[in-house]
Amino acid sequence: MHSDPAEIKKSIRTYGIVGGLLLVFTAITVGVNQVHLAVPLAIMVALIIATMKGSMVAAIFMHLNHEKKWIYGALILTVVLFIAVLMLPMLSMSDTIGTPTGIARTVEH
Amino acid sequence: MDTTATGTAHGHTHAHGHEHAHEELGFWRKYVFSLDHKVIGIQYAVTGLLFLLFGFTLMMVMRFQLAYPGHPIPFIGSWFGPGNAPGGVLLPEFYNQLGAMHGTIMVFLGVVPLAVGGFGNFVMPLQIGAPDMAFPKLNMMSYWVYFCGGVTMLASFFVTGGAAQSGWTSYPPLADVAQPGQLGQTIWLIGMVFLITSSLLGSVNFIVTIVQLRAKGLSYMRLPFFVWAQLVTSFLLLLAFPPLEAAGILQLMDRVAGTSFFLPSGLVVSGKPLTVAGGGNPLLWQHLFWFLAHPEVYVLILPAMGIVAEIVANNTRKPLWGYKALVYAAIFLGFMSFIVWAHHMFMTGMGTSISAFFQTTTMIISIPSVIILTAMLLSLWGASIRFTTPMMFALAFLPMFGIGGLTGLPLGLAPSDIHLHDTYYVIGHFHYVVAPGTIFALFAGVYYWFPKATGRKMNDLLGKIHFWGSFIAINFVFMPMFIQGLGGMNRRMYDGGMQYAHNAGLLKWNLVIGVAAWALGIFQIPFIINFFTSMKWGALVDKNPWEATTLEWSAPSPPGHGNFLTEPVVYRGPYEYSVPGAATDFTPQFEPERA
Amino acid sequence: MEIPYTVEPRPDSGLANGKLGIWLFLASEVMLFGALFSSYILLRVGAVEWPHGELNVWLGAVNTVILICSSVTMVVAWAQLKMNNFAKGRGYLILTAVLALVFLVNKYFEYAAHFSRGEGPWHSTFLAIYFTLTGLHGLHIIGGIVVMAYLAGPGAKLWNRNPDQYANRVEYTGLYWHFVDLVWIFLFPLLYLL
Repeated sequence: MHSDPAEIKKSIRTYGIVGGLLLVFTAITVGVNQVHLAVPLAIMVALIIATMKGSMVAAIFMHLNHEKKWIYGALILTVVLFIAVLMLPMLSMSDTIGTPTGIARTVEH
Repeated sequence: MDTTATGTAHGHTHAHGHEHAHEELGFWRKYVFSLDHKVIGIQYAVTGLLFLLFGFTLMMVMRFQLAYPGHPIPFIGSWFGPGNAPGGVLLPEFYNQLGAMHGTIMVFLGVVPLAVGGFGNFVMPLQIGAPDMAFPKLNMMSYWVYFCGGVTMLASFFVTGGAAQSGWTSYPPLADVAQPGQLGQTIWLIGMVFLITSSLLGSVNFIVTIVQLRAKGLSYMRLPFFVWAQLVTSFLLLLAFPPLEAAGILQLMDRVAGTSFFLPSGLVVSGKPLTVAGGGNPLLWQHLFWFLAHPEVYVLILPAMGIVAEIVANNTRKPLWGYKALVYAAIFLGFMSFIVWAHHMFMTGMGTSISAFFQTTTMIISIPSVIILTAMLLSLWGASIRFTTPMMFALAFLPMFGIGGLTGLPLGLAPSDIHLHDTYYVIGHFHYVVAPGTIFALFAGVYYWFPKATGRKMNDLLGKIHFWGSFIAINFVFMPMFIQGLGGMNRRMYDGGMQYAHNAGLLKWNLVIGVAAWALGIFQIPFIINFFTSMKWGALVDKNPWEATTLEWSAPSPPGHGNFLTEPVVYRGPYEYSVPGAATDFTPQFEPERA
Repeated sequence: MEIPYTVEPRPDSGLANGKLGIWLFLASEVMLFGALFSSYILLRVGAVEWPHGELNVWLGAVNTVILICSSVTMVVAWAQLKMNNFAKGRGYLILTAVLALVFLVNKYFEYAAHFSRGEGPWHSTFLAIYFTLTGLHGLHIIGGIVVMAYLAGPGAKLWNRNPDQYANRVEYTGLYWHFVDLVWIFLFPLLYLL
């Protein structure tokens, strides 16, 4: 599938710009970290920035912004399951968060 | 053979008139390191069947111990050596090795390689009209990585301390600390990494093949249900195995690098506190393990359902009832299978809300299973059934899977699970689904597709003996387990539960189960004989001995390199049997409209 | 016998076989790293205390920059090939592999510093998950380097026989490589900063 060279040259420019943006965001990530926010806020900010960076890599470098249905479908399914494997184990132990081993203590005799 | 030779890819398989580089391959490239999906399928199938036999043999040995605790194993007792079975009596540690490896071998080395690697590889490309799988080299690699995994697992029996003995579920802290400094469990983990890798490579291949290599006219809703089942199964393997791979890596780290991913702080082992950092969580393993192992059971059942569907349609001479329902149910089943896993963990102290969530999803997942079973049962209504050997096994699958499924319901509800968890009831439940369930379907598949693979039919009388003997024996093996479980007999006890007073009235069933298991073993002999003798002396058949409608029956028996003599084209759905006004009672997918 | 749609995309799916194949593989990798991230969350949430500042943030940041640059060179390599510039394409591919090697060298120094203080994975749960996550990620980097070396070296012959197929292979390698970069984009803040 040969594309027009002029189109590709434009894409190369885009890749460079996105690369630059990613570096900027990296600097922001490190910079924000120096500010020492409260942990929950720090996590949120870090994740938001990382998600933005990740989305740029996925959309532009990995051409996901104009991919085909089967790829989108497989990825959506994967994201749903990714969230499940990320969240459900923790939710199943949510009432014992903060105890040393993360699992319910037994009764002391 | 490099299939990427020329750049003129127009998506047609050429008739074998102008082949350019098809030089005769030597023995090794033709039969051992073949790129042909049919050879690879047969390799998977034969290896899988051998592992099934081996795993079953382990159980036959264990069943002697359970039927006659303290008695030496007859004939072969001395083979295990004094370290495992002094005087021929199994040591508890050795019993546990046999138990853990029985489960591992049956699930990962036997059933899945046969159902997916064997049947999927051999039949699916033929059923979609493809010349081979999308990635033949990857296919070959998948088989050999599986083979290495199998050898690794078998090798673990021979290391100091023996094979893994913490159950096929390898729960920490036990699996982390068991056989300290010894290799058995560690080798199990390495073996699993091989097997998971093989599975992942295979599942990518299957999905790409089904999406990309369907013949002209073969839309998704004209696919045989067997292909749909393999497609959903491949997605399950693709997305569910990686968390177990992660867990395996973590447990390897715990055993080899001194980490404590799964070891809580303050753990005391054999009277001594463990000198590890602690802070780990045994439940983390359970979550990651069951995240795979629950979808895995649908990997065990879906291909079987696919096989049964094909054979039922063919031997009722009617279209399958509810094709669309079957397809949507299979897809829904696959998706739901990812979010029910913690029903294996109701007893771990989870909160009531999350427990309710998993109970709900578990109840919901029974719906598509019932839809599939019902559709297949309704397909029998008003049919003129041909009681061929494959059909006998396929018919038996239906009530056996029904029993297995129904007995799962009390396990999926936490209140009843409290009493039944870790008892023989669970063993009865899952064996009903896998043994008279899936394995019967796999036997059915062997009898059904043997003619396509070899050009000869298997002997029908031996087949019927195999069927009736197995069907009766297998029910006597597993039905008593429900009685034992309801009576509170725990699983995984090397002495059959003798040491617990409440088991006293249940012990007699161990003898029944044992005898039935050995009878079941004996009735596999006609199958083994039949399998090998029919290859040489079975009745010759041509393309379509079963008068079936799906694409594989348009290829020669056995198909040659590239499978089809002319490019296959599909004109209709997969189960056009007894079409009103047709000359015969079957109208194949691949036959053009008659004028 | 030829497998269809190896290079030309199939009309109804719009995909070549390899493109679908690599994305499916990446989907499984999302689940692999996802499970490890889930383990990280569980262990951290269940921990009484979680170390902070034990890792070299600047080295981690430098490595992040290196990987981002390597992602750019990777995709430019493919773009050059689509414009029929084999020499430039191969050059960018080699540059990507070199950047990846620098990443690994930095990681070696990081690991060595920890080990010299007796701080291996056994030392704490934090270090355990750090070494496991970055170790697995490192293995993926090595895998990528191997494939790039093959494509720049012995595999480059395919350009003469079938340039489209060669370009596709570079594209698929690129997709894998961007994924490896993506994982690091999340690993870096999770392990080094938070």
